Amino acid sequence: MIETDILIIGAGPVGLFTVFEAGLLKLKCHIVDVLPQVGGQLTEIYPKKPIYDIPGYPSILAADLVDNLMEQIAPFKPSFTLGEVAQSISKEPDGKFLLTTNKNKKIKTSVIAIAGGLGCFEPRKPPIKGIEDFEEESIVYMVKDPEQFRDKEILIAGGGDSALDWTIELANVAKKITLVHRRTSFRGALDSVEKVHHLATKGVIDLITEAQAVDLKGTNTLSHVVIKHKEKGLIDIPVDYFIPLFGLTPKLGPIADWGLNLNRSAIAVDTLDYSTNVEGIYAIGDINEYEGKLKLILCGFHEATLMVQSAFKRIYPDQKLSFKYTTVSGVSGFE
Amino acid sequence: MEENTINITVTDREGIDHIIEAPTDMNFNLMEICKSSELPVEGTCGGMALCASCHCYVQSEHKLNEPSDDELDMLDQAFFVEDNSRLSCQIYLTNDLNKLKIKLAPVS
Ligand SMILES: Cc1cc2nc3c(=O)[nH]c(=O)nc-3n(C[C@H](O)[C@H](O)[C@H](O)COP(=O)(O)OP(=O)(O)OC[C@H]3O[C@@H](n4cnc5c(N)ncnc54)[C@H](O)[C@@H]3O)c2cc1C
Ligand code: FES
Repeated sequence: MIETDILIIGAGPVGLFTVFEAGLLKLKCHIVDVLPQVGGQLTEIYPKKPIYDIPGYPSILAADLVDNLMEQIAPFKPSFTLGEVAQSISKEPDGKFLLTTNKNKKIKTSVIAIAGGLGCFEPRKPPIKGIEDFEEESIVYMVKDPEQFRDKEILIAGGGDSALDWTIELANVAKKITLVHRRTSFRGALDSVEKVHHLATKGVIDLITEAQAVDLKGTNTLSHVVIKHKEKGLIDIPVDYFIPLFGLTPKLGPIADWGLNLNRSAIAVDTLDYSTNVEGIYAIGDINEYEGKLKLILCGFHEATLMVQSAFKRIYPDQKLSFKYTTVSGVSGFE
Repeated sequence: MEENTINITVTDREGIDHIIEAPTDMNFNLMEICKSSELPVEGTCGGMALCASCHCYVQSEHKLNEPSDDELDMLDQAFFVEDNSRLSCQIYLTNDLNKLKIKLAPVS
């Protein structure tokens, strides 16, 4: 089991910077994020966009800011659990928290800092009635194991890079692939678009454009995806698997059930130290809410800085904390 | 009506019409106007055509600026997309848009 001083939920800019401020106070951090990579919204939504309101940087690309933060926190050797959802929390007899992820990883911690941003990034699910009934067996929102589709008939829906890339990759694995897209043109790398068209012309895959998946059929397991074509109307396509690839979107997720005071989909905090109504749990960055809140990276950094001071006092109630500038103390990392 | 102010009708997800007075000289887009009128439009990405939370249907015959590639790409990731779908953050308000009618798309 992993043990840490501060467990940070969310590897967005605010979660990452928390490691630095905590490190200055000699507190160790572990970070959990559902995404396979760090950076939160900056990496997932706008890596190539310049940000103009980070103090000291007239302009910095979102992806570069994330790289810089990773470099800045490296001396404090944070550990990461990526690709897992922070699912539930419980209290241990010694007053610490035990967090369990959706993959049943357990992390013991003195303090929890929720830096969950707009929420847990989840695949966008097509609004097809009854889709949940097939989710477990026949619907795959994120391809992890291509072998799962060996000699199977699959329908991929979407028009972006991941739909194109998986169509190409699985063309050699699956028995039959149908790629369905709403428009005739695809976004995504030109090279992939050409490859997909080539596969379609050679008859390796079925490419159906100007169509959308609208219904699912099957008893117990999925047997057909019904698509609606602009001109030809409804068409039943026999499948073993349906792979809808429409990107990711943040949803508040399991945090909603942790007994925290919520205000719409944000966590209410005390601006003294960004603590929530549950002692030992703090909320910082986009996920919190207080009067005058601005969802800005800069504000999240400030919140993280004040929060770790309060966390320190909670963890070491008897120790005095003396405030030092980094220019005086330097940054002495962990062994 | 005042100069540089137009009326827009927004039908919300419950089917209720809201008539909004919108200034055309302040560089607002339609998403921002809906948000500031307390309509349930998230505008998660701040109007960069990166989230589709401002998806709407244009129901009047107004001639709008053509959607950019970014907008079309983002609409690909949205659901309930129709021929008259637009991202409201990509529609800038001009005096020509008086009496524009839009309907908010469902959220999935
Ligand atoms: C297009 C766009 C442009 C922007 N431009 C600017 C700008 O110019 N300047 C500025 O200051 N801000 C800007 N912002 C806002 C800025 O990105 C956010 O304020 C910032 O990302 C908040 O950081 P965060 O660390 O709080 O959360 P996020 O970056 O949202 O990261 C939160 C992370 O937590 C994870 N998570 C949540 N719940 C769980 C869970 N239960 N289990 C596991 N993981 C979980 C999520 O997957 C996510 O990765 C912009 C935002 C967008 C979308
Ligand atoms: S506000 Fe995000 S796409 Fe319009």
